[in-house]
Amino acid sequence: MSAVTEETPDTIAHGPDPHAHDGHPPTNTGVSNAKIAMWGFLGSECLLFGALISTYLLYRGRSVVGPFPKDVYDIPFTSVSSFVLLMSSLTMVLALSSIQRRDERRLRVWLLATALLGATFIAGQIYEFTSFVHKGLTIHTNLFGSSFFVMTGFHGVHVTLGIVMLITLWGMSMRGQLPPENAEVVEIVGLYWHFVDIVWIVIFTIVYLIK
Amino acid sequence: MATVLEPTTADAPVVTAPKPVPVLRRPTNTSGFWGWITTVDHKRIGILYGVTAFIFFLFGGVEALLIRLQLARPNGTFLSAHLYNQLFTMHGTTMIFLVVMPISAAFFNYLAPIMIGARDVAFPRLNAFSYWTFLVGGIFINSSWLLGGAPDGGWFGYAPNTSVTFSPGHNIDFWIFGLQILGIASTVGALNLIVTILNLRAPGMELFRMSVFTWMTLVSSFLILFAMPIITIALFLLMFDRQFGASFFDPARGGDPVLWQHLFWLFGHPEVYILILPAMGIVSEVIPVFARKPLFGYRVMVFSGIAIGFMGWGVWVHHMFAVGLGPWAVSAFSVSTMFIAVPTGVKIFNWLATCWRGSIKFATPMLFSLGFIAMFTIGGLSGVTHAVSPHDRQQTDTYYIVAHFHYVLFGGALFGIMAGIYYWWPKIFGYMLNDRIGKWHFWLWFIGFNLTFGPFHLLGLEGMPRRIYTYDKGLGLDFWNMVSTIGAFVIAASVLVFLSNVARSYRHRTPAPADPWDGRTLEWTIPSPTPAYNFAELPVVHELDDFWHRKYGEDAEGRMVKLAPPVTEGSLNLHREGVHLPSPSYFPALASLGLPIMAYGMIYRTYAVVAFGAIFLIGSLYAWGLEPSSAPQDDAHDDHVNAIAPSGEAAAITAGDAPATEASIEGEQP
Amino acid sequence: MAAVDTHNDAHTDDAAHAGHPSELVYIKVALGLALATGVEVLLSYHKVGGEHGTVALLLILAVVKFATVVMYFMHLKFDHPYFRRLFAIGIVLAVGCYCVYLSTLHVFHRPPLPH
Repeated sequence: MSAVTEETPDTIAHGPDPHAHDGHPPTNTGVSNAKIAMWGFLGSECLLFGALISTYLLYRGRSVVGPFPKDVYDIPFTSVSSFVLLMSSLTMVLALSSIQRRDERRLRVWLLATALLGATFIAGQIYEFTSFVHKGLTIHTNLFGSSFFVMTGFHGVHVTLGIVMLITLWGMSMRGQLPPENAEVVEIVGLYWHFVDIVWIVIFTIVYLIK
Repeated sequence: MATVLEPTTADAPVVTAPKPVPVLRRPTNTSGFWGWITTVDHKRIGILYGVTAFIFFLFGGVEALLIRLQLARPNGTFLSAHLYNQLFTMHGTTMIFLVVMPISAAFFNYLAPIMIGARDVAFPRLNAFSYWTFLVGGIFINSSWLLGGAPDGGWFGYAPNTSVTFSPGHNIDFWIFGLQILGIASTVGALNLIVTILNLRAPGMELFRMSVFTWMTLVSSFLILFAMPIITIALFLLMFDRQFGASFFDPARGGDPVLWQHLFWLFGHPEVYILILPAMGIVSEVIPVFARKPLFGYRVMVFSGIAIGFMGWGVWVHHMFAVGLGPWAVSAFSVSTMFIAVPTGVKIFNWLATCWRGSIKFATPMLFSLGFIAMFTIGGLSGVTHAVSPHDRQQTDTYYIVAHFHYVLFGGALFGIMAGIYYWWPKIFGYMLNDRIGKWHFWLWFIGFNLTFGPFHLLGLEGMPRRIYTYDKGLGLDFWNMVSTIGAFVIAASVLVFLSNVARSYRHRTPAPADPWDGRTLEWTIPSPTPAYNFAELPVVHELDDFWHRKYGEDAEGRMVKLAPPVTEGSLNLHREGVHLPSPSYFPALASLGLPIMAYGMIYRTYAVVAFGAIFLIGSLYAWGLEPSSAPQDDAHDDHVNAIAPSGEAAAITAGDAPATEASIEGEQP
Repeated sequence: MAAVDTHNDAHTDDAAHAGHPSELVYIKVALGLALATGVEVLLSYHKVGGEHGTVALLLILAVVKFATVVMYFMHLKFDHPYFRRLFAIGIVLAVGCYCVYLSTLHVFHRPPLPH
């Protein structure tokens, strides 16, 4: 559900607010509505991914028939794609840093770099899924297949939505619709992106590394 | 903490981003049919929520009447077993997701922004999106009646009973996708309200000066925000089982049915408090007004509401005592369930203490509130009896449980909601509901309620199981079942009395004054019905129950004395033009249409339709994103601030009370 | 326009922007994260401190990485406390509730299965 909440930076509060553009709306807390909304959404997402990860944990070692994790996992490959996603967090934060310095050219470079790293991760995931299917593991093979594909697929959809948002930001910047005064939009998309990254940190350890 | 802040960069250059090309011309009309479709006004959205939910209430009520007709006599043949299953499933699903939650949302939307002194919610278009998503979700799930049968797995949808093996039709699929859509609506709405309450309070409106209703709005919104994702995942897993052959709940392949129960009740128990906390908030507003005393123990009231919100996360296993989770789990959750009665009991005693030695006016809202306290206490006590796990073994899946949750959901939530409807009706619609007919409504409702659900306690203890479509003669169940059916029709009659009250009061309407009940909260300072901009000048708040303290003081002996009537926007009937409000938009309603399209595509396995729905949704979201939240000045019909008041008193309000608020009113910028 | 507020929350956001770490800090943090990931992968091949010790180490590393990204890249360390609270509620509820339900199903101490 809901890629809906994150793409709505309408911070209108009490009528029009000429200062809304510079990220300092006159709110009780002094921080923008959109940023609170994003953090609340991420808090909610914790329970979403928590349910998937706990389902995987519940069914660990309970599959009646193979293939089992040890038959299909390719740890070196997944380590590399995890590393790629982790580094995309660095490029994301550099994009934010650039727009805060009013450097729109570097902003676009880092946004594209982040989207590209994210796409690399997704490509890796597609490759991984295909290779698992070739090894005989599908969503209906066993509990491992069901819980693995649903959990990582759900994460993959989140990454994909993030890529869409990044490319949208890049397009807006190209058309001059993302002036440095709107740096907060980049920050908010960044929050989402980093969150998707930290979910993968947990999944990588719990699902792949712990035997 | 927290007043409205001076923007720190008042002289920063105002940025003008290039004007995006609009996909649809911005709607400007705020009246008529399209005005309602495109509205982003939190009050209109609140009314839409309320009216829609009331229509669903009639649906759910008719379903209940059919159930009672079937059970009126032993070996009933009025309904088939299969239809009976659909009816009780849809009755539960409707009353919870399409009635109590959205009526609460109606009150949240209409009142919370006004009570904190704001002009709208934080994200007005997102608010509209929540409503339309709720509407399409409700229509979607009910469309199953015409498309081969409604959901029939109970509102809890226990797997694997809901798996393809046992439910091969599309019934359960409608339930799954319908609840997903409704979940999106609730989550988005809750997030919006949280941000609104945290961020948009008027100057001086500190958190501990907010009304208890606003607090309960905040707590329920947090519960929605954190509970909905759990059922989202549970429904996703079930969807993968049903649509793609996954094995999450298939015991033959090692799946664990208890997983469903855990996930469902991890959501389901917070959900119980999502349903009851708003009603608790409503009666906490009504009782002090009609007892003419401040709410007893305001802070304790707020903290016990928060405590219920937190403890609500630690009791879900009491729905699963009969599963066999072992003595440790059962004992721990038995104790935690008893503990949650403590903050609830605190609230009940605080309401009673508020009434104690008050000069009580038994107007209709007060009657419903007192009814709430009594009925909810009965429901709460039967709840404590099934916290005792050995006792629960006896009660599980009997009518005793059905009695319990109707006493808390009908006796609690719906009584509170009715109190709220009578109490705020004049503020929302500008005329009073007839109090005499209102009392008829109350007593019929009260008697009908107890006739219907009181006997369930006895039936349950006699051993009548839930969810059976009929029972044999001679089991000792005949009499009380008949009484219950009669009671159900008395409730139906009371609803007709209510509807006739609405119609009659409208025909003979007298305009309601701004403050008909001698209220305490900010909504009574402004005209009835509320003007589009809520407050001509944003109020400045100095204490809890600020409006009351502007009306009443104390004399030397500490007795309450009435002060000179305060000058308010309501007392002046002040109208103002040119407050720049968020502009209406087509896109929230359009975007929400994408969701049921996707859901139908999923159910009928036509993935092209799913893709179309997704593209439709994303396209609408893009168009929405490109549209500024409020139309630029030139196309809005908005002039400079122009107070039309009976003389220059408006200026007096401004000068005296609200120096900080100019920042947010168009035209008064430096 | 009158200044009413005496309360300095308004400036938190400014302060937060001013307090955002420099790009050099981000790069150092990323290097640390990369290093931690390397150690994790090594640990999965060469057990340290037995099965339990390795699992404990891996979990600790994951928590450290998680916290580092949240604190530095998501600026939670420098930002308004509301954000910390909102996120913390989510994390605490998720970890708490899901761990309890898993333990009622004996996930953390179940007898070894055949495979």
